[in-house]
Amino acid sequence: MFIEYYTMNSILNWITIHQEMIYIVILMIFIGIEVIGRVPSVLHTPLMSGANAIHGVVIIGAIIVMGKAETDNYLALILGFLAVILGTLNVVGGFVVTDRMLEMFKKKRK
Amino acid sequence: MELNILTLCYLIGSVTFIIGLKMLSHPERARRGNLVAATGMTIAILGTIFLYKDDGGSRLHNYGWIFGGIFIGGIIGTLAAKKVKMTAMPEMVSMFNGMGGACAMLISIIEFNHLDHKYFQYLFHTKIDPIFLDQIKNDISDLKGTLIIIFAGLIIGSISFIGSMIAWGKLNGVIKDFSFKGQHVFNIILLVVILGIAGYMVAGTPNLFLFYAILGLSLLYGVFFVLPIGGADMPVVISLLNSFTGVAAACGGFLYNNEVMLTGGILVGAAGTLLTMLMCKAMNRSLFNVLIGSFGGSAEGPAAAKQQGSYKEIALTDAATVMAYANKVMIVPGYGLAVAQAQHACHDLEKLLVERGVDVKYAIHPVAGRMPGHMNVLLAEADVNYEKLIEMEQANEEFPSTDVVLILGANDVVNPAAKTDPSSPIYGMPILDVELAKTVIVNKRSMKPGYAGIENDLFFQKRTSMLFGDAKKVLQDLIAEIKNL
Repeated sequence: MFIEYYTMNSILNWITIHQEMIYIVILMIFIGIEVIGRVPSVLHTPLMSGANAIHGVVIIGAIIVMGKAETDNYLALILGFLAVILGTLNVVGGFVVTDRMLEMFKKKRK
Repeated sequence: MELNILTLCYLIGSVTFIIGLKMLSHPERARRGNLVAATGMTIAILGTIFLYKDDGGSRLHNYGWIFGGIFIGGIIGTLAAKKVKMTAMPEMVSMFNGMGGACAMLISIIEFNHLDHKYFQYLFHTKIDPIFLDQIKNDISDLKGTLIIIFAGLIIGSISFIGSMIAWGKLNGVIKDFSFKGQHVFNIILLVVILGIAGYMVAGTPNLFLFYAILGLSLLYGVFFVLPIGGADMPVVISLLNSFTGVAAACGGFLYNNEVMLTGGILVGAAGTLLTMLMCKAMNRSLFNVLIGSFGGSAEGPAAAKQQGSYKEIALTDAATVMAYANKVMIVPGYGLAVAQAQHACHDLEKLLVERGVDVKYAIHPVAGRMPGHMNVLLAEADVNYEKLIEMEQANEEFPSTDVVLILGANDVVNPAAKTDPSSPIYGMPILDVELAKTVIVNKRSMKPGYAGIENDLFFQKRTSMLFGDAKKVLQDLIAEIKNL
């Protein structure tokens, strides 16, 4: 009895605390589906590449981790450093590759 | 004040992600959309570095490490992205996706180690007086929630990371398809074990050893998830892993209460999932079908049982003549054209034929090549006029009035078995109906099967003849012959 109440309460609590974030998740799901709407198949790959670059936003988490790491916390420093490099690769590489793909398309538009 | 500006930066970032993604789905605005999203990303990143303040009110430090990492990643990323061949584009997308997944995975590892384990012990192992329960129930649910998010980021990030690297290897040709009997059951059991351990830790006490066990098992799962799937299906898998990384990024957003990470992550998670399903629809196969790696088993059957049949070869001079004096020629490019890097020779042939008054167009199948749009990119690189490329539906209407179809290294996309043979792995996939044309000339290096590993009846039909050889050489020879006419 106590466990059920406790668990139910915990979940509802968590939802309440994070309600704005949950709203964002729900709305972004609908927006994400909506903006993809009618994509010509020729744009599937550049779109995939662009989306790939956008999820590179995960680098912000890596920056926060690195930024908060104390000088004696080697795990956070080293792994954090690695995470920042990987995140940057995702962002920079992603946007540059997408641009290259799209550059090939645009050359012929007079 | 600074936090307010940071909030603005995140708001701008989130909006540019939405607008950028929308613009990326329209050919006219796609390139600018990419730029818009990149700008928003930069603003969000710079804002974080300089303006972020944690709950205690202190700013970020370790600027040296941060900028060092960004500099290294930036240089490598730019060089790699600029130098890679156009035909290696899908691999690069997969590789960068893997980097993002690894980043999310590392964040989870660090945050797990940060958790105040002593407080955990106290909360979960002490009999708490109900009077105090009210005060700390928020803490309990918050900590459990955080733990679940950390695990989600870890599992999804790891699978995406290693899966993307395997996909990269497959497209490279370095990694071959591999599957063993009962693999699907093995995968499912593995997944259940992973979720089981995670659930156990959420209900009980977090444990460093079990945490790394989950990490290892997730990586293992990622490997076996992608390993059996055929190379031709990789773009679909990459798109799926792309949305996985998006979700992993969103987990990071929850951890740090960061709206822009959440927005970017979920946007890509949802859009990526839909894109994956659209790609499957273009191949007329279900996602389930793709993930099960069906090419493995059934290819043995039909291929072995079929007779060779007889095919005709056409001489170079005859091919040159029939094309030079045709009214209308359609070129069907395929992966073979990309491999031979023959796109420039192809354009030269097209120009020569057009000079002689032949109407030349290119029929582009949605999944010709290794990724959607592969052929378009290849031909655009050779300066082929955008308007000469026509989509499958329109091409199929024009084939009956076409004199000569020249197939350059395409195979499965012109295989009639997709319409006629229910046991064929490609059955149901819409194809280019080249057999409706008056003459079909097929250029391949040999009679070896294409990516689906099956025979192609088109080669044995009455109006088809084969022109063997490397695409680039054959095209150059054709050009020479036509000039001699």
